[in-house]
Amino acid sequence: MPQIFHRSANTIAKVSIFGTVFFLAGLGWYGATIVRSPWTTRVGHALDQPVPFSHQHHVEGLGIDCRYCHTSVEDSSFAGIPPTQTCMNCHSVMWNKAPMLEPVRESFRTEEPIQWVRVHDLPDFVYFDHSIHVAKGVACITCHGPVNEMPLTWRQNTLRMEWCLQCHKAPEKQIGPKDKVFDVHWKKPANFEETHKEVISEAKLGKITNCSICHR
Amino acid sequence: MKEEASLLAQVREKLQGLKGPQFWKSLDELADNEEFRTYLKEEYPYGAAEFDKPVDRRDFLKLMGASLLLSGLAGCKPQPLEKIVPYVKAVEDIVPGKPLFYATSYLFNGSAIGLLVESHLGRPTKVEGNPEHPESLGATNLFAQASVLSLYDPDRSKAVLNAGRVSTWSRFVTQLAEDLESQKAAQGTGVRVLSGPLTSPTLLAQAKEFLALYPKAKWVEYDPVFRDYERAGSELAFGEVVDPVYSFDKADIVVSLDADFLFSLPGSICYAKQFISRRSLPGDGMNRLYALESTPTLTGAAADHVMRSSASDVLRFAAALAGKTGVTIPSDNTPLTPKETEWLNAVAKDLNANRGKCLVVAGRDQTPAVHALAHAMNKALGNAGTTVKYISPVEERASRHIQALKELSAELASGKVELLITLDVNPVYNAPADLEFEKHYLKAPRRVHYGLFVDETALMAHWHVPGTHYLEHFSDARAFDGTASMVQPLIKPLYAGKSPHEFASALLGKKDESGEDIVINYWKKIWGESDFTTKWRRALHAGFVQGTVSAPKNVSAKSGFNPQEIAYPAAAQGLELIIRPDPSVWDGSFANNSWLQELPKFLTTLTWDNAAIISPKLAEKEGLKQDDVVELKAGAGVVEASIYVLPGQPDESVTVHLGYGRTAGGELAKDRGFNAYRLRTSKEPSFLSGLRLRKTGKTNRLASTQNHHSMENRDLIRKGTLEEYSKDPEFAVVEHHTPYKGDPSMYPQYPYEGYAWGMVINLNACIGCNACVVACQSENNVPTVGKKEVLNSREMHWIRIDRYFSGDLDNPEKDHQPVLCMHCEKAPCEPVCPVGATTHSDEGLNEMTYNRCVGTKYCSNNCPYKVRRFNFFEYADKNVETLKMQRNPDVTVRARGVMEKCTFCVQRINSARIEAKKADRRIKDGDVVTACQSACPTQAIVFGDINDPESAVAKLKKLPLNYGLLTELNTVPRVSYLAKVKNPNPELVPNTGVPSHGH
Amino acid sequence: MATKHIKKSQKETDESILGGDHTYGSVNEKISSIVLTKEFKPVWLFGFAVALTLFLVLQISVGRLFTHYIGIWGINVPVGWGFDIINFVWWIGIGHAGTLISAILLLFKQQWRTSINRFAEAMTLFAVACAALFPILHLGRPEKFYWLFPYPSTFGVWPQFRSPLEWDVFAVSTYATVSALFWYVGLVPDLAALRDRTKHQGLKVLYGVLCLGWRGSARHWFRYETAYLLLAGLGTPLVLSVHSIIGLDFATSIVPGWHATIFPPYFVAGAIFAGFAMVITLAVPLRKIYHLEDFITMKHLDNMAKVMLATGMLVGYGYAMEAFMAFYSGNNYEIAMMKNRLIGHFAPFYWALIVCNLLAPQILWSKKARGNLVILYIVAMFVNVGMWLERYIIIVTSLARDFIPSSWHDYAPTIWDWGIFLGTFGLFFTLFFLFIRFVPMISVFEMQELVHKKKHGH
Repeated sequence: MPQIFHRSANTIAKVSIFGTVFFLAGLGWYGATIVRSPWTTRVGHALDQPVPFSHQHHVEGLGIDCRYCHTSVEDSSFAGIPPTQTCMNCHSVMWNKAPMLEPVRESFRTEEPIQWVRVHDLPDFVYFDHSIHVAKGVACITCHGPVNEMPLTWRQNTLRMEWCLQCHKAPEKQIGPKDKVFDVHWKKPANFEETHKEVISEAKLGKITNCSICHR
Repeated sequence: MKEEASLLAQVREKLQGLKGPQFWKSLDELADNEEFRTYLKEEYPYGAAEFDKPVDRRDFLKLMGASLLLSGLAGCKPQPLEKIVPYVKAVEDIVPGKPLFYATSYLFNGSAIGLLVESHLGRPTKVEGNPEHPESLGATNLFAQASVLSLYDPDRSKAVLNAGRVSTWSRFVTQLAEDLESQKAAQGTGVRVLSGPLTSPTLLAQAKEFLALYPKAKWVEYDPVFRDYERAGSELAFGEVVDPVYSFDKADIVVSLDADFLFSLPGSICYAKQFISRRSLPGDGMNRLYALESTPTLTGAAADHVMRSSASDVLRFAAALAGKTGVTIPSDNTPLTPKETEWLNAVAKDLNANRGKCLVVAGRDQTPAVHALAHAMNKALGNAGTTVKYISPVEERASRHIQALKELSAELASGKVELLITLDVNPVYNAPADLEFEKHYLKAPRRVHYGLFVDETALMAHWHVPGTHYLEHFSDARAFDGTASMVQPLIKPLYAGKSPHEFASALLGKKDESGEDIVINYWKKIWGESDFTTKWRRALHAGFVQGTVSAPKNVSAKSGFNPQEIAYPAAAQGLELIIRPDPSVWDGSFANNSWLQELPKFLTTLTWDNAAIISPKLAEKEGLKQDDVVELKAGAGVVEASIYVLPGQPDESVTVHLGYGRTAGGELAKDRGFNAYRLRTSKEPSFLSGLRLRKTGKTNRLASTQNHHSMENRDLIRKGTLEEYSKDPEFAVVEHHTPYKGDPSMYPQYPYEGYAWGMVINLNACIGCNACVVACQSENNVPTVGKKEVLNSREMHWIRIDRYFSGDLDNPEKDHQPVLCMHCEKAPCEPVCPVGATTHSDEGLNEMTYNRCVGTKYCSNNCPYKVRRFNFFEYADKNVETLKMQRNPDVTVRARGVMEKCTFCVQRINSARIEAKKADRRIKDGDVVTACQSACPTQAIVFGDINDPESAVAKLKKLPLNYGLLTELNTVPRVSYLAKVKNPNPELVPNTGVPSHGH
Repeated sequence: MATKHIKKSQKETDESILGGDHTYGSVNEKISSIVLTKEFKPVWLFGFAVALTLFLVLQISVGRLFTHYIGIWGINVPVGWGFDIINFVWWIGIGHAGTLISAILLLFKQQWRTSINRFAEAMTLFAVACAALFPILHLGRPEKFYWLFPYPSTFGVWPQFRSPLEWDVFAVSTYATVSALFWYVGLVPDLAALRDRTKHQGLKVLYGVLCLGWRGSARHWFRYETAYLLLAGLGTPLVLSVHSIIGLDFATSIVPGWHATIFPPYFVAGAIFAGFAMVITLAVPLRKIYHLEDFITMKHLDNMAKVMLATGMLVGYGYAMEAFMAFYSGNNYEIAMMKNRLIGHFAPFYWALIVCNLLAPQILWSKKARGNLVILYIVAMFVNVGMWLERYIIIVTSLARDFIPSSWHDYAPTIWDWGIFLGTFGLFFTLFFLFIRFVPMISVFEMQELVHKKKHGH
């Protein structure tokens, strides 16, 4: 009776058995990586906006305080996106012919709001409150990154739950002095925790890992 | 329902033997068939609409994809981009993310309830009571709570209609001007305006102005739930019409003559608070309530002694009682039974012993004589001026609605009326049947209708003008005590609606006067120009005008009556029909409100239907059981009604509720239950004898949320008498079958160091009025599910009111018990969830994380209180845009397939915590008020931090009456109850079950 | 002494568990021919058609479920679990006999297992496949089933290992894997035999690949025996663990009627009971249709009947204890629950259950009855039904009437509940029919061993 299989079948069999194991492992690893990759999280992607607004220019260049535009950041869950009016406060006199700013002027003329594209967008079942984070001394740049260096705004952090949790589990590692919250240049010194124990104790950080802190 | 069956039959027949293309074609035809569509709609109310509709291809693929394990990759695609849209110009005092509250008033049954309405970025989302307002005192009733949903009702009329075709306001105004012009000469002989009760000062002024313009015209007021009898009664007693204003807080003994003063009177919210304030914490000075009732009511459920009586016999009791309290009355030739007399003697004794500290209240639906007797008794007992005062009628013209409507329809019949304007009323639907209003209505050559919906009347009118919701317009109204209350808009009219004042000013021929100006101008007349703005602003801010409470009138009731004044009814023949407004859709004006339709009516727990309510005895006698369809023949009409057997119903009386059997006015309103107005006559609108009841053999399943009425000897509701309580204050602490004292748990107790949220529900205070249920629904985006789903026990209410009967089946005690998530410290639901979607917070909250839930339903199975609710379908309506506007943005709208339940209003706790933390302080007692708590008129629900010994809740939990539900399971619930203590007359059997004498 | 005993019992069994006068060849011929013949028996075709139809019903019902959501079922609050979990437990239960027969009886050197173990294992496998559907189907959000597996998610949270449902995930998946391996390993030599006998080139290759190049060398046999024994060792504890854990799904809750410490053992007993009932249900027609009377002898059926009787009594004891504890506990709710079953709302179901599971098997005390195929078959059927009823009683009646009367509500299955229930039969039998047609349903070489033993008595 002739052989059905070539001798190589043996090797193929062996290889394929181990191959499957490694393939599956690889697949798992790939999945875990891709969900965390910038492609899915949009980290570092500058999105197209109706007006190419540059935080770099306004914050770094002109030294405008965050709160000038994001007015409600200290008292509301929502930091606030400036009304067209705020832009026009200055741009009615400066660059008031710049074609780049036409959408702004148009919005002001027609009373049609500018439709910005959301950069930091949380799922609807997540309830984030800016005011309390600010009040506890979490600096803007802690989450939003070096906004003052962004010609176009992008997302600095994944905003994934695991990312939120690593701070909510150990908030003392992330907070700084309250007067530095809006200071985009303040760099947290190493061993801040040891040197500034009072800051942390004053912040009175409670347990903030309850599900209902963010989900309700 | 039979229409359904026949319709389905038609459908089948239509599809008989059709194949392929034909089949589909005829299906399409069906889809075009109006009747068929309405059938579908009616079976699937909003949100329910797509429960069984196949999802479109994309969803299908998405879902199949998901189920084919591809969803593992869901996290692998970027989140879809969203837009963020700022204002163009910042709006004053609107901070995105922070709600604002505005004071306004809600007009119910002709009386103003002061409200504070929560608004998110210009969307009114939630109604709260206005603590300053005399009728609200910070609380609300279920109608006020649900009113916010009506604002967003997608079925609201959206355009001016002329003969059913869309027209414009200006066209209408021109037409109207013409019609009125032609009436000028005849001084408006042919003009009739029909409106609700005129308690709005501005509207009243406009009415007067109109009548001045057209002296021969008539302005008729009609509210299907009218107060004619009260007025006739007070005329009989005082010779003039006055409104009684009660002070239940001053009364030690209260006798109700078929009066449901805890729920259905103007001022009931305030009355309930007053009454309960004298018994919420039992002890000395606890009041006592004797209720004589012709159908079970909340008041009867709260009473210490209930006597059942046919409605017609109430007069006999009243007279007999009056006789015993010093009022001279004509003798009765059909005297009461000995047992009844014994009962009355005890009542009379109690009354006479508490002169000046007692109160006799007559029910709105009782005859003038009964009212007169009540007034006389209060005078004889020296209560006038102490527990009851009299003011000139809030409804200034105090007209007799039924009489007026009768005349109007006579005039219509005789063709006298040339122009009939109906202002926010629906007589074609809710006029008494014997007036044949819908027939005569057509005789008016010109018919104009103004209202929120295209209702039965609108359909028969030439012109229909869409009205505005009270949250859309400026107006004013008087509260039960005369207080002038302000109505201010929170949102621009959603549709082309006009406010009643704008409409009225069109009647006056004034072109396009804004509603705001009209109201302002009226008050300018009252206050004068000098610093008007401050006064106006103050009034708007407070929600009412300070110091407009009507002064008590100095009137004195007769002390005796002659046989002409009090004619005893002939001994009733056969069955008696009792007609009452529905506990949840009232006169039918709320019939299109899904929250109210699905609200379990108290005592019956019925939803989406009305029924013929009969006693167990009668059911036995007639061989009827629940869901049997019977034919009711009475007065002018015949209806088919399904039976509901309610213990405590008088044996010879059948109670039906108004508000159903609508044929227009919204998809939810239409074709539910039966129209009880068909049985109503202008002569006997509230009750009539000689009802004939015939079994049809048909059945119609009624969707009641509670089908088991006995407590099965489980100590869920613990109750005793004041006597028992004073003997043993701890009677409620029941010894359980646990020989092992100490902590039966293997695990160490978790130390709750920070806040520890807890709740106490005081069963002495709870009157079961359902306000909390609707409040919770509105605060927490709780969806409605429709009749079909309720029938399968899938209703979603986070807080429910359990109702149990105990004692004598014919005249049982009725107990209410609100049940919500107990937030057990050792919650059985938590350890069984495989994905940890329900967890415990260090403040003792039992948290439910919807977006983590996969829906195994194990938590619900393992919950001994069965307070968890599951989204078997996509219940939350995601299609109707306006309904989305109502939702509370601070609470997740739950998706299909996830479990949900009461969260102790964690969104309110969180915002309070955040504010406290920002201010670097602890949350103060009272900072967090749950939705149910704030709605409760009697403060039966108290919430707070039990770690704070000073908090109200902590103090209540220390009381001996405090007990937990099913604590023997060691669930350690954070919600506890205060046992119920009644104050029966020692001389009588508690809740004496003396049967009403069968004739 | 023990060994002597085994020897003795072997002697007895060896005679009776292989009828006729068979040689290696005839055995091989008889069994493999079923697989290797071209034509299809009409009975088979008919059965397969029916099975496929039911399988289609399953697919439709599941499609409906995924598009119209779980509300199409009859479940509600309070009765959050209905047909879904009933079927799950029932099928898992049936899945028990296979591994028991193959593993435990192997370890106990029970020769009579030989001819039935193969298709008993197959039955196990397919039953578990049916059962495994339900943990996913019963979810409100089936598309999120993978959250039950521990994997490094971006939420930074893990499943909750305190939950018995989480234990199920592991119990069931392990059980499925091990029984699959066990079944396959056992198949290898026979697949080789088929490879050698078939003339068809394609089949040759197919069987060739499937038998992993088995040549039957001494080394192969040695490896094979070790592997098989190891797997048997692995399988044995699983037989007990799986259904114990299923039992814990209920026992760990506080629902009156679920919260009972006796559940794990009594669930295991019930499972074996159900399993053997199903084996008999399958074996009786099989031996008739394929004339396997020589291989599946009356002795086999007799033994299985005995096992059924024994486990049946265990289950009966379970019922008794349940009832006793309910009253003995003095617990208001437990007593009410039991009354509901004995004399109350659910009495008809309960007594039907008692008849099926407790009374019907009693007839098996008589050797005559055990020897009568018809009776045996009917009893087995009773047990199949009874065991399903048992789960219905446990799940539905306990939930429908628990602590707070206001929430009591009954449960009525919809056509989609039935659709999925019947559909699982479709899945089961489709697989089973394919199995008996394309894989030797009786272990050829093990039978040959028997022949050898019979001939040489060692």
